[in-house]
Amino acid sequence: MNVFFYIAAVVAIISTIMAISGRNAIHSLLYLILSLLAISVIFYLLSAPFIAALEVIIYAGAIMVLFIFVTMMLNIGLERETEKKWLKPCMWIVPSLLAAVLLVNLILALKNVKSIQPDEEAILPKQVGISLFSTYLLGVEIAAILLMAGVIGAYHLGSQKKKVKHRFLEIN
Amino acid sequence: MISILRSMWLVFLHVFHKRETVEYPEVKPYLAPRYRGRIVLTRDAEMKERCVACYLCAAACPVDCISLQATEDADGRRFPEFFRINFSRCIFCGFCEEACPTYAIQLIPDFELAEYNRQNMVYEKEHLLISGEGKYPGYNFYKNAGVNVGVKGKGEGDNEEKPVDVKELLP
Amino acid sequence: MKYVFIIAGVLIITLSIAAGLIWVERRLLSVWQDRLGPNRVGPFGLGQVVADTIKLFFKEDWVPSFSDRPVFILAPGILLITILLTFAVVPFGPNFYVFDSNIGVLFFLGNSSLGVYSIVLGGWASNNKYSLIGAMRASAQMLTYEVFMGLSLMGVVMMADSFSFCKIVEAQKDGWFFIPQFIGFIVFFIAGIAETHRLPFDIPEAEGELIAGYHSEYSGMKFGMFFVGEYLGITLISALISTLFFGGWLGPSFLPPVFWFLFKTFFFICVFILLRASLPRPRYDQLMELGWKILLPLSLLNLLITGAILIFLK
Repeated sequence: MNVFFYIAAVVAIISTIMAISGRNAIHSLLYLILSLLAISVIFYLLSAPFIAALEVIIYAGAIMVLFIFVTMMLNIGLERETEKKWLKPCMWIVPSLLAAVLLVNLILALKNVKSIQPDEEAILPKQVGISLFSTYLLGVEIAAILLMAGVIGAYHLGSQKKKVKHRFLEIN
Repeated sequence: MISILRSMWLVFLHVFHKRETVEYPEVKPYLAPRYRGRIVLTRDAEMKERCVACYLCAAACPVDCISLQATEDADGRRFPEFFRINFSRCIFCGFCEEACPTYAIQLIPDFELAEYNRQNMVYEKEHLLISGEGKYPGYNFYKNAGVNVGVKGKGEGDNEEKPVDVKELLP
Repeated sequence: MKYVFIIAGVLIITLSIAAGLIWVERRLLSVWQDRLGPNRVGPFGLGQVVADTIKLFFKEDWVPSFSDRPVFILAPGILLITILLTFAVVPFGPNFYVFDSNIGVLFFLGNSSLGVYSIVLGGWASNNKYSLIGAMRASAQMLTYEVFMGLSLMGVVMMADSFSFCKIVEAQKDGWFFIPQFIGFIVFFIAGIAETHRLPFDIPEAEGELIAGYHSEYSGMKFGMFFVGEYLGITLISALISTLFFGGWLGPSFLPPVFWFLFKTFFFICVFILLRASLPRPRYDQLMELGWKILLPLSLLNLLITGAILIFLK
């Protein structure tokens, strides 16, 4: 199991780095998908097959498709000039210093955490569902309200007023 | 929804319909006697060439696929020295048949003209000439009109008057 | 050793069905159009399968110079891999499956949602405006129909109390699920047609409008992979319909269970082809409207009612 974990972890890290450093938007997105798939393998190895499947279905399968869809629509090409402008040292030195501080913090914090042993028994969808609708009911309901707001907002943005005039007669 | 199911059912019922396909090489379609297919050159009842090389077919041909060269034998009977039809150009319009004064050139009900080599679509006289009379058996141009080539004398044709003897012209 | 045999068996059965569908589809279409169909090559024209395969193998495999080469080559492979992976969890018989996952249904949904990439990326990498339009349509269509494809299966999952295909089949011993889950069956069937972008929902391809849509630029065996992928998709959806709603390998015992499974699968493949023969292609917005305004509420309603009845019966 450990071997598989390390393979998946290495794949996840490398593909994430490639996703960040890539110039081609679509290629970066593909690397991001790969990293999501690797993470779902890790979830599976941690005996959480349900979460692994959801990771593939929702993140890799639905959300990333939408990302790619939008990227294709906007036809983002290679914008080297703007990217070079962003990569001036004065732009990235401060955030990376702050991130380094966070990293040290994280390592110190991880030293004190006991390592989590994965349960031998797989966490099945039923247990996930029961815990979602009992322990975390509030979270589920808040998420549902958020989604409802999203649906209504999308409907509002997407709804078209009924045209009375022919489009040739409109003034604009 | 119901209309979708109905159209699916109606399409399904076509399982029991008669097939429209004609399985061609095994089942040949009926071709009418006047079908305009491959072009042939016919002979008269004496098995001599009907063609008198008048060039009318070549002139009538809209795609210029006919070429020929006239010549004469010892009797003065005209015949084509060569007669060439390029079937890769021919559109089977039948104008040559209509133009022909001697019923020599005829279109017959045969359309199977496929060749692997395009040059083989050019038919020479020996390919075109058949040993038969085609659609007009018994017809011989020289028996009705034309000069004396040993078939008939002047004025001895089937529908011909005797030539007028100008010296006999008395009141 | 037995494991290897099962994998080989599954692969051979699915791939030969997919290849045979080249011939089956053309013959069946011709039956419904009062024609005869291909009957020249070999007995009943069965050699057509071999002839077409040889033709595809020996065609020039052209990668356009204007394409995004790695993605262009990757795309058709994704389709085959995702579909063939899904066949691993489909039970062909009581002991004839590659592995019985306890998240089988989710495994299928995940793979089918990854299958979208092959079409989207293929269309995008071709760098051709018709391919791109096809890819756009494909991504929107397949995302939409994935949503309630999953939802329509939840009724079955609730009744069988498991995500495992084998348990779902065993739960149908008393009665096939298509009677209590009729709405689920209809929704899953329609979503399955849209997922495999078969006619009448072949909007990403739409020969009349988009040449061949996302695979306009593909040739040779790369096109062949899309081609086989489409037939494999039909086989997969038919196999899943028979597994989830029509009792899979269950059937009278005078024939082996594998036969019953293949028989039901083949029946639904024929229904797929009948759909192609009889129905015209809807417009793009009609397709989306059907999805979001009719099928999604229907599947939610189905979910609600099934859940309520199951709780009531307990």
